[in-house]
Amino acid sequence: MYTTVDRGPDVHEPSIPDEWELVVGLEVHVELSTNTKLFCGCANAFGAEPNTNVCPTCLGLPGSLPVMNGAAIESAMRLGRALNCTVSPSIMARKNYTYPDMPKDFQTSQYDQPTNHDGWLDTPEGVRINIERAHIEEDTGKSTHVGGDGRISSAQYSLIDYNRAGVPLLEIVSCPDIRTADEAKAYVSELRGIVLALGVSDAKMEEGSMRVDANVSVRPRGSDELRTRCEIKNINSISSVGRAIAHEANRHIDLYETGERPIQETRHWDEEAGRTRPGRSKENDEDYRYFPEPDLTPLVPTAAELEAIDASLPELPGAQRAALAEAAGIEPTEASLIVERGDAGFALDAIAAGGDGARVVVHLNNNLAGGVGKLTAELFAGLVNMETAGELSSTQTKEVLAEMVETGGTAADIAAAKGFEAMGTGELDGMLDELIANHPDEWARFAGDDEGESKKMAGFFTGQIMKATKGQADGKVVAQLLNSRK
Amino acid sequence: MSVAKPAAFGDATAIAALVASGDRTAAAVVDDHLARIAEHEGDVHAFNLVMADDARSAAAAVDEAIAAGETPGRLAGVPVAIKDNMCTRGVPTTCSSKILEGWEPPYTATVVDRLVAEGAIPVGKTNLDEFAMGSSTENSAFGATKNPYDLDKVPGGSSGGSAAAVAAGFAPASLGSDTGGSIRQPASLCGVVGVKPTYGAVSRYGLIAFGSSLDQIGPFTTTVGDAALLYEVIAGDDPLDSTASPQPALPVSSKLDAGVDGLRVGIITEMAGDVIEGISGDVLARLRAAADALAAAGAVVDEVSVPSTVYGLPAYYMVAPAEASSNLARFDGVRYGLRADGTNTAAMNMASRTAGFGPEVKRRIMLGTYALSAGYRDAFYGKAQQIRTKITEDFDSAYENFDVLLSPASPSTAFALGDKTADPLTMYLNDVCTIPSNLSGHPAMSVPFGVGDDGLPIGVQVLAPMLGEVVMFQVAAELERAGA
Repeated sequence: MYTTVDRGPDVHEPSIPDEWELVVGLEVHVELSTNTKLFCGCANAFGAEPNTNVCPTCLGLPGSLPVMNGAAIESAMRLGRALNCTVSPSIMARKNYTYPDMPKDFQTSQYDQPTNHDGWLDTPEGVRINIERAHIEEDTGKSTHVGGDGRISSAQYSLIDYNRAGVPLLEIVSCPDIRTADEAKAYVSELRGIVLALGVSDAKMEEGSMRVDANVSVRPRGSDELRTRCEIKNINSISSVGRAIAHEANRHIDLYETGERPIQETRHWDEEAGRTRPGRSKENDEDYRYFPEPDLTPLVPTAAELEAIDASLPELPGAQRAALAEAAGIEPTEASLIVERGDAGFALDAIAAGGDGARVVVHLNNNLAGGVGKLTAELFAGLVNMETAGELSSTQTKEVLAEMVETGGTAADIAAAKGFEAMGTGELDGMLDELIANHPDEWARFAGDDEGESKKMAGFFTGQIMKATKGQADGKVVAQLLNSRK
Repeated sequence: MSVAKPAAFGDATAIAALVASGDRTAAAVVDDHLARIAEHEGDVHAFNLVMADDARSAAAAVDEAIAAGETPGRLAGVPVAIKDNMCTRGVPTTCSSKILEGWEPPYTATVVDRLVAEGAIPVGKTNLDEFAMGSSTENSAFGATKNPYDLDKVPGGSSGGSAAAVAAGFAPASLGSDTGGSIRQPASLCGVVGVKPTYGAVSRYGLIAFGSSLDQIGPFTTTVGDAALLYEVIAGDDPLDSTASPQPALPVSSKLDAGVDGLRVGIITEMAGDVIEGISGDVLARLRAAADALAAAGAVVDEVSVPSTVYGLPAYYMVAPAEASSNLARFDGVRYGLRADGTNTAAMNMASRTAGFGPEVKRRIMLGTYALSAGYRDAFYGKAQQIRTKITEDFDSAYENFDVLLSPASPSTAFALGDKTADPLTMYLNDVCTIPSNLSGHPAMSVPFGVGDDGLPIGVQVLAPMLGEVVMFQVAAELERAGA
């Protein structure tokens, strides 16, 4: 498709030399999943036949006028407050530029009086990224350029679907506070978690309902200057966020180190090639000629409305992680996956029902990735209790758990049906006697001073016992027996 | 030569009464008007499109409904002419521009829907200065409209077609739009009543925007009573227009006979001859005569200064073109209207706009683009908005002491075709008395009050505070009685 002469696919995030530091700010567009579009009654739905969810207003027909969707404003303010923003009286503004998929040839957006401003987001690792603003705007239609290299400049013709035109967006603009590619990924992932917790968008990067543009520059570590930045577009997944930023930063570093400088421009992330390519040059920064949208009135939330917004906020991922960490006795970062999957409440319930916190977390992380199915928190706690009491080995526990998810049965019933009975230490002692008698050399190596050998042979004896018991022995109990005879 | 015959077959109120009572059919009314149009439209060119067939079937429908015992609408059988910048479903709507060639809107403007719902019958789409930019209706891609009182003279603009249609008796009522005087100035030049309501009193949904924060739709009629009737039909909240005032139409008919005894009337000093130059002597004489007539009817008349109105014209020529430059961006050849060939999208956009827009529209798009551009926005658009605020404040303080204000509607009577086309600035000065009300959003109307030295009509402008239409119509009705 493209002629690439330099680097090939570059799957891993390149590392950044120590003497350089990244300066990254992110602009994240989130499509608000309202029933209708921002300024008209057309359905806001992904995947409909092209140009079926359209009307005079979202097609920008002459004489049509916008009417503000109150639900979109509410979602925008909820997200703003969840990002610790100040919500202020705001106005819509026209951002004037021409593009075929933008029906009015201006975008109704916000400029110097955005709805949300001056907030922040803390990543799970505890890095605070300040948020400059989170403003409301309308989406454009979607162009498909046919022929050429897929861009409008070389296309034979273009097809435009205006179904997306007028879909409400919230654009969340971070301050240039991000210093590593990992921080950028953590920021996007946390932001996505907050959006999902609020239910204001499905935030699917692959479907474009969440889109990330990265402003990237570098500087010598220790300096506080802001060097020329490039805006990277077309980043389609959270892992690409990291790769694109690291790649672009290294491109800048290479330029500086060979005595050149980057130019300010928009670049496109090429996922396949693993590199950024130049897009439209921003040297002649487009003049958007912003002015207040005369067809809409100012948005002035009342104190009561703002209170209701705050009261409507659910527990956000950061608070969920903290609560689970405390209950389970783990680090907040270890709770990330469970919170992300929306299972924090389930975990807390299982712990409250008496389940061991650490085992609850382990099972949710490792054995319940496909969902909890018919499992209830109480049943789950019962299983974990059998496990910690030594009535089930970890292998058995896993097997029982899988069936509980399917059937919703109790751990005791399923274990009994499978013939998983707690194996007494007496029985195991007998088996061990026999093993030692049959393998005297191995036993000597186990009991010897060579720690490596000893470990190896512990594995051998445990394995033999597991084989003999078909995995029903509790590994921990076997280890205790072995060590007591050493 | 004059072909003027306002209310050739009776005014709107009279027609509606006849049709409602069954004394006359809507079909006959429409036929009379279509016949008059057929006779004189060739001279006047008030219309871009005469909707003869549509009008006849609409009239038949009105007659059937009445025969079936349905309650007749307030405008039953009344022919109306619609300025061709208001959308009419399935009927070409051109803004008198080549750029909208072939476009038929898939929807109808709120005001037209409201007229039709009351039994009115649209008979045609009237000519205008392209996209309502002009004061003479000469900036039309389809040729100029002539003043029915003197076919060598302009009808004013930009709603010249709608004013001329009423003055020629083609329809007893029409709709225009007023962004800087585009109803009141042609009303003055064509000897008819023309009203610019309070900004937001009438829905703009379906009006193809020129300057969105200034545009307002209003009626042309031959009588103040008809104007009040039309106003009450078209005004009122519209969920499709966020800037519409959230209230029903004001009862402007209620005080037409109340007289003006004790009302305080202020003549705007700046427009009374000394400060703003270029207002002709005969126009000023009619203004004084109107003030005297009101005083004779018991009003308290005085002069009042509204100082910042002198900056109205320059402020307007920043704000209106700025909004227009954005509003007209969508005419890019992509979705509707004229598309010229180009080697790529940008070239096609440029070729379409070059071929589709006339010189005045291009001039204002460039002015507006400049006024909003980086580095100039604060000095031009920003400063103009400050003046706008000041004008509103000055009007509001004048209204602390006066119920209505009085001024000329146009600085002169109708001028000759071609007289002012060479110099845009001379043309712009036609709106010097009307622009301030658009900047402030206050209502104002032009009422015929005699003729000038040349025998051509002169209107007097009555201005009122925000949503002060009731007292505005009350004073206008008194002027109508005094002038008759």
